Amino acid sequence: MKASIGFSLLILLSLLLSSCGMNMYDQPKANLYAAAPYVKDKVVGTARPLPEGVVSRERGAVDPTFYTALTPEGLATDLPIPVTMEVLERGQERYNIYCSPCHNFNGNGLGMIVQKGMPQPASFHDPRLRASPVGYYYNAMTNGFGRMFSYASRIPPEDRWAIAAYIKALQLSQNASLSDVPESLRDSLEVQGASR
Amino acid sequence: MALLATSLTVFARTSNNKVRVPIEQPVAFSHALHNGQLGLDCRYCHTSVEVAAAANIPPTETCMTCHSQIRVGSPQLAAVQASWDSGEPLAWNKVHDLADFVYFNHSAHINKGIGCSSCHGRIDQMAAIWKNEPMTMGWCLECHRNPAAQVRPRSEVFNMAYVPPAEGQLELGEQLVEAYHINEEKLPQCSTCHR
Repeated sequence: MKASIGFSLLILLSLLLSSCGMNMYDQPKANLYAAAPYVKDKVVGTARPLPEGVVSRERGAVDPTFYTALTPEGLATDLPIPVTMEVLERGQERYNIYCSPCHNFNGNGLGMIVQKGMPQPASFHDPRLRASPVGYYYNAMTNGFGRMFSYASRIPPEDRWAIAAYIKALQLSQNASLSDVPESLRDSLEVQGASR
Repeated sequence: MALLATSLTVFARTSNNKVRVPIEQPVAFSHALHNGQLGLDCRYCHTSVEVAAAANIPPTETCMTCHSQIRVGSPQLAAVQASWDSGEPLAWNKVHDLADFVYFNHSAHINKGIGCSSCHGRIDQMAAIWKNEPMTMGWCLECHRNPAAQVRPRSEVFNMAYVPPAEGQLELGEQLVEAYHINEEKLPQCSTCHR
């Protein structure tokens, strides 16, 4: 009797356990990039394209100059954010990620992808570009320029401004003389130069 | 019999967990070329990895940023061009399919000094992508129970070739755990990854 109860329990247990499926592993919820059969138009999936003309409001009120670099007088000549060392360092990091493949780390337009066949962009140290306002670069990143695609979907606006500020700094750095360097830092530069 | 049923169920789950087996993709994209040789930063394509739970799969637009100019008309890129022309996204095959009850967050790991290569291996050397680690709960817990053994300086997170110091990783790790405010007490708890 005892043995048969034990046997029945074993059978019951095995039936219960064998019915363990993968349903907790794959739950009926909208995962990222999952196909979404309830979407009627042709791009299906949970990663939906933005409706045309949509404007992000996550940063609060919409400031047209911040988003477009356009002012009533033309392209912005000043940044809409305070230029701090932090902003420039962020700009340098983002420039190196997104821009250096073509524009090169020093901005001369001979980046790795250009060496692989991408048409060569103008050097940021051309007199024409050195004279361009900071908004020019923000506008190029936002809307694309020539063969360069827009980076608006990849680089958020504050980072685009940081990169634009860094490009202006890069231009200054490649056209600077020792007299532009604060006196307290000159010695360190000369030592580095001599040891090269 | 119960044992048999249990082991069959466990087997069904784990046999799907293929580690270091290349996953076939609709386009023969090579991370070894794009990241390893050309030196494109991970974030050039995976733009959301620092701020979101998921490291996004780049849209076709990202591919076409270069390939509207480079190797146009190549048969290897035909599927990319077709996707660009039609607007239909490329359907890449999933390489890491975590269980739906695990809430993994890339940005939390990146910002606390866990390098891409710690979980994904030497992506810069993979001509075809594979899953480099089993990504089982036991594997996650190895680090969640002892983060100091894995944490690296934030500046090295995207460096695929980073090698932890031969001596003194634990010392460095403990400093970084403190500097990055890693909550060692909470890390191994259920609710850190499960809700």
